[in-house]
Amino acid sequence: MIWATLLMALREIRRNTMRSMLTTLGIVIGVGSVIAMVTLGRGATAKITNEIANMGTNLLIVMPGAERRGPASTTAPPLKIEDAKAIEREVSSVDKVAPTASRSALVVYGNKNWNTSVTGSTNEFFAVRRFAIELGQSFSDAQLLGGQPVCVLGATVRKELFGQGDPLGAAIRVGAVSCSVIGVMAPKGQSTFGQDQDDFLVMPLAAFQRRIAGNYDVGMLFVSAISDGMTTKAKQQIEALMRERRRIALGQVPDFRVQDMKEISDTLGTVTGALTALLGGIAAVSLLVGGIGIMNIMLVSVTERTREIGVRLAIGARGAEVLLQFLVEAVTLSTLGGMLGIAFGLTISFVATRMMHMPFRVLPDIIVIAFAFSATVGVAFGFLPARKASKLNPIDALRHE
Amino acid sequence: MTAAARPEVAPLIELRGVWKSYGRGDAEVHALAGASLRIDDGEFVAVMGASGSGKSTCLNVLGCLDQPTRGQYLFRGVDVGKLTLDQLALLRRNYLGFVFQGFNLLARTTAVENVELPLIYRRVGHAERRRRAMKALEEVGLASRATHTPAELSGGQQQRVAIARAIVTDPQMLLADEPTGNLDSARKVEIMRLLVDLNRRRGITIVMVTHEPDMAEYATRMVHFRDGSVESDEAVGP
Ligand SMILES: Nc1ncnc2c1ncn2[C@@H]1O[C@H](COP(=O)(O)OP(=O)(O)OP(=O)(O)O)[C@@H](O)[C@H]1O
Ligand SMILES: [Mg+2]
Repeated sequence: MIWATLLMALREIRRNTMRSMLTTLGIVIGVGSVIAMVTLGRGATAKITNEIANMGTNLLIVMPGAERRGPASTTAPPLKIEDAKAIEREVSSVDKVAPTASRSALVVYGNKNWNTSVTGSTNEFFAVRRFAIELGQSFSDAQLLGGQPVCVLGATVRKELFGQGDPLGAAIRVGAVSCSVIGVMAPKGQSTFGQDQDDFLVMPLAAFQRRIAGNYDVGMLFVSAISDGMTTKAKQQIEALMRERRRIALGQVPDFRVQDMKEISDTLGTVTGALTALLGGIAAVSLLVGGIGIMNIMLVSVTERTREIGVRLAIGARGAEVLLQFLVEAVTLSTLGGMLGIAFGLTISFVATRMMHMPFRVLPDIIVIAFAFSATVGVAFGFLPARKASKLNPIDALRHE
Repeated sequence: MTAAARPEVAPLIELRGVWKSYGRGDAEVHALAGASLRIDDGEFVAVMGASGSGKSTCLNVLGCLDQPTRGQYLFRGVDVGKLTLDQLALLRRNYLGFVFQGFNLLARTTAVENVELPLIYRRVGHAERRRRAMKALEEVGLASRATHTPAELSGGQQQRVAIARAIVTDPQMLLADEPTGNLDSARKVEIMRLLVDLNRRRGITIVMVTHEPDMAEYATRMVHFRDGSVESDEAVGP
């Protein structure tokens, strides 16, 4: 009987193609949109979190200029290499300090040229900013001290000047200076805000100051705290030390600022939290809409189905037999819709995450929830009216309006 | 031939003061008002009466499709009012065939599939089912329309599909509500001959509602309804 009922249910599904398709579509939309939304939301969150981790949550930045007044004010005296040394030496919660100075310059190799940012710094830069050396090596002590014109390229600069070719040992021109390539950094890709994080090159600070900048100023200090939890303390200690070094009394507004990546990452954390909540909300709504769609289709056909049940009862079907058929029908459609919905949702989110350079994470719990919800709605609204009808006298089911 | 000759067997059907009322208070309508009727095996009963006199209601009660408000319905001595829904379903499945006044075929379902339906619930295998359904369709002259859906059939053709569906199971009792209502006179005669044949040769008891005295002539007995109860009940001589 189960087998006959199964066949009968499948025949009914085929017979009522339109109704079956609409029901399935409701479930596909419900399940698909929830999965797409949540997967995208999780992808975005993962991307932002990744980036923060890449930047280093223990990162602090010291720069001249008063706090919260737009770009660093030019009237503030620049930082010096001694500031970096003092911080590294005297602040206990600080691990490494990378003094940097930057400016943009045209770099030329053969007939290729590229406008990029040139940064002078020390080997600490790679550690603090978490740039791995992918090819070649970082600076030797002799190169750093002697201010030799060598450079480590960002992935973008390497690609623009050398394409697939080997850049190591090549002599490129950076502004007016000839400079030999000793290394290449591993790429980080685009930041959340669309910046290319790999479009720059690094040379020893002394070389940059002497040959490119023509002064001994330091633009920023990248500082790493000894651990993620120590950034607040490090910030306070650095501020105190810098006030002292720059002779700024306690009540006075400092002419430098210390930025804490932890703060930034916390802010971003709230943003991504809100994003996830928002997408979750949209997902819930689409699930509801899909559910209402299914419900509508099911309810619209209740009269016809009730009559059908009346006919079946009248010719000798038992209530349970009719119910089993309707249950099989509802389960088949819900399962089919759920499967298609999962495939649809995952495809959409896969394509979207690829296009937006976000990680694609499949979330089994959401798939299960979406599927369960839609299947429940499908089965409930296909099955419950049938259950009611199967308990009527056949004549009442036949007369249903 | 009749159960009267075998008094030890309970009559096939016995209605004892059956009422069927709809609505309440002033709006109360009595579709059946104390109808009593006894039908024995092998009878061919024509039920007649004015429109609204309770013929269909009576037939629905006999077919266990509806339950009386008051009174008793005994099927082979069993009080139908005491049966569960499932027992009623089995009774319909195994003993009864019903032709509705409004056909009640399944939409978007071919004629032959409609006719097969009762056999599915009788657990008849696929091939045997198809064979018997085709034979029933042949008997009502519709074999050539087997694969048509009700929407593609005329009213008379739908009516014949409904008849085929009722007789395909070879029921003990066939209940037909105006089975010739939509047919032309040639078809009417054909269907009546089929019913007489089922009655005579296969011994199927038939209760048929009809408005037409011509059709009632084919029966062995004529029961007149008036205002929900039996007004007259007479044998029809061949
Ligand atoms: N579901 C119902 N609700 C209310 N009244 C009903 C219902 N079914 C039947 N009736 C009433 O019961 C009475 C008998 O109806 P029934 O269908 O048995 O008549 P009938 O003799 O078959 O008539 P016809 O020859 O027109 O088919 C009618 O007055 C009808 O209005
Ligand atoms: Mg009637």
